[in-house]
Amino acid sequence: MQQHFPIDAATPCLALVGVSKSFPGVRALQGVSLQLYPGQVTALIGENGAGKSTLVKILTGIYQPDEGVIQVGEVPVHLQGAQDAFRRGITAIHQETVLFDDLSVAENIYLGHAPRNRLGLVDWRALRLQAQKVLARMNAGHIDADARLKDLSIANKHLVAVARAMSIDAKIVVLDEPTAALSAKEIGELYQLIEFLKKEGKAILFISHKFDEIFRIADRYSVFRDGALVGQGLIKDTTQNEIVKLMVGRAVGQVFPKRQAKLGDFALKVSGLSYAREFADISFDLRKGEILGFYGLVGAGRSEVMQALFGLTRPDAGQIELDGVAIEARSPEDAVAAGLVYVPEDRGNQGIVAGLPIFMNVTLPSLARTSKSGVLRLREEFELARRYCERLDLRASSLSQDVATLSGGNQQKIVIAKWLATSPKIIILDEPTKGIDIGSKAAVHEFMSELVAEGLSVIMVSSELPEVLGMSDRVAVMRSGRIVEIFENKNLAAETLVRAAAGIGA
Amino acid sequence: MGGLRKSRETWLGLAILLLIGLITLRFPSFAAPSNLGEIFNDTAILIILAMGQMVVILTRSIDLSMAANLCFTGMAVAMLNAAHPGIPIIVLIGIAIVIGLALGAFNGVLVWKVGIPPIVVTLGTLTIFRGATFVLSGGKWVNADQMSPAFISFQRDILLGIPVLSWLAILTVFGFFIFLSRSSLGRFIYASGVNPTASVYAGINVGRTKFIAFCISGAVSGLAGYLWISRYVIASVEVANGFELNIIAACVIGGISIAGGIGSVAGAVLGALFLGIIGNALPVINVSPFWQMAISGTAILLAIVLNARGERKKGRIILKEAA
Repeated sequence: MQQHFPIDAATPCLALVGVSKSFPGVRALQGVSLQLYPGQVTALIGENGAGKSTLVKILTGIYQPDEGVIQVGEVPVHLQGAQDAFRRGITAIHQETVLFDDLSVAENIYLGHAPRNRLGLVDWRALRLQAQKVLARMNAGHIDADARLKDLSIANKHLVAVARAMSIDAKIVVLDEPTAALSAKEIGELYQLIEFLKKEGKAILFISHKFDEIFRIADRYSVFRDGALVGQGLIKDTTQNEIVKLMVGRAVGQVFPKRQAKLGDFALKVSGLSYAREFADISFDLRKGEILGFYGLVGAGRSEVMQALFGLTRPDAGQIELDGVAIEARSPEDAVAAGLVYVPEDRGNQGIVAGLPIFMNVTLPSLARTSKSGVLRLREEFELARRYCERLDLRASSLSQDVATLSGGNQQKIVIAKWLATSPKIIILDEPTKGIDIGSKAAVHEFMSELVAEGLSVIMVSSELPEVLGMSDRVAVMRSGRIVEIFENKNLAAETLVRAAAGIGA
Repeated sequence: MGGLRKSRETWLGLAILLLIGLITLRFPSFAAPSNLGEIFNDTAILIILAMGQMVVILTRSIDLSMAANLCFTGMAVAMLNAAHPGIPIIVLIGIAIVIGLALGAFNGVLVWKVGIPPIVVTLGTLTIFRGATFVLSGGKWVNADQMSPAFISFQRDILLGIPVLSWLAILTVFGFFIFLSRSSLGRFIYASGVNPTASVYAGINVGRTKFIAFCISGAVSGLAGYLWISRYVIASVEVANGFELNIIAACVIGGISIAGGIGSVAGAVLGALFLGIIGNALPVINVSPFWQMAISGTAILLAIVLNARGERKKGRIILKEAA
């Protein structure tokens, strides 16, 4: 392979220096530095929640950093928005491309900077010609500039997104998990495209969870953990194992007050559960008093399995047995009636009903019990809500307060209280502590221990390794819609889980 | 549920009092209890219809077919009365409600099971119901002399000093108040309007809730069908043409959010009364009917602006809390 640009080239064409960014309750990035070099691919590696997406959003002008400097070339810049970043030559290609389905390929490529004629109107002839020329330069001449974008495959849409970057002569290209939705052949084509971009002297930031991919195409790596840069260097000087260590290297287990509960009979048996293109052949069991962790990369199909268990989607095949009785959850209503409840990941959209007061949120699925032939008994209802909010140690001035005014942690407590009030047998928690403050986090963990001590069973979907290792009795690891392995949580190493999730052989 | 909404109703109430005050300055007899009672009685049908529309709007839907439903049901019971004058009025009212409910259920099934947006469904059934009225009647009218005396007099009978029509409106309003504040179904209606996704995740069947809302608006339209025909003593294909917009206007002026989930019975009643007073007062003080339309239009826009401002304020509070 011909190297147009020496791998240890001196001057980065883009640099972040000491960048920090906080959100209410969360420190997403702290003092991060990153350099991108022309003609080189830098891989950005880290667990879910390590701060990668925040970094990309700062690079592309969507977020402004609280502290730190962004330098393009040697010049410090202040990116005022996505358009501004784009004009300065920073472009991003996302997992699902953010282009316009109903516009033509040429229009997509030149959106915002279309060639004009003397009257200041769009020069359509020039637009088409130039677009076709850009595509041809990328060996993508097979794409018709007049085609509607929606008629293109995902791989070809990526090509259009890259062509858009080429059309403004972008210097920096961010590829955010571009291969996630591609077939093997299309991935090959993408690699060729990346080679082309390297030869053109573009600096590429490549975000991926797939190690084989990283080691194949990246020149450099930067590993992030908990919003901080923990290691960087040249790919040729490192190994997969070293990178895994960097990703997870931290003490596990202090904040998680898991008490071992006595395991009882089987509460749930799932066998051969499959659903279209989302997951296949999911089999596992769950005992009373057990916490079963589900670990995997984002997009491994964990939430999809849980949604099927809860009756939100109807699996094509497989059995679900609750307490030894086969059930068919056709709807969430059925699942709740059978004693299986689900605390979703997207709290704001799926968990709370913002606009209704706290007590109404808590009692929403329990109204059948607090009413008599459809007529509500408000005092009983209020009492039920009060009891469960107290149990979860909810901080609110009044139960009539709108849930929208509460913090994320307190909202999560309400969602959990809502389901406990239905006296479930099995509770599924999907990323139960995502985006909540450390105090609420501890409270949620403490509470999970209490629940299993009472004989409930818990399924916990989590992408946080310390949480998975600290709370689970067993851990099921999913990859690409299948369960790879179910581990007993005894001397279980974080590295083992990461390898299984990423598909690295031991 | 929020002081803002309560204050919105208070403001609307004050606006109505101010309106009455202004008109009374020129026509002192306007504020006489008998006249106000008459205006209420005149607005009774609109109030009843607004209750049904409100329930539908709360679930993030809209029912454009209420007036057409009213027209069809009214024609059906008028023809039934003409052909069989012996059927007791109470039974006739029951029949009207059942027919209306069936038409509403038709809307509801299309929204729930076929998944067509409510505005499209009811725009279609609006035309269908009007067309069906024509087919049913063969384009003929049912006149006063074909209706039985009981059919016409029932709603005019005075009970404890108030006409039966007004009583029916009061009972309907009371019924809806209890239904929305004290039944689990009422709670589901609010919840599925505020956040349909979270409602599904809470085990509520949002589609079925919408279906029931359309059944309710249908049943209410059926009741109003009989009341309208016996009040204006003529049944034709043209009855209540365009009235669906007045019903929606009453709800919007009353602070029922078109985005669903927000609104109260009191608001809808006040919205209807506001329109009723404008409709009754302006002709008295010699304002042309066109001005009347302009004024109700302005009131609608004003209400929407106020509602939108209310929502924005809510957003700001959340941010402050989170920071």
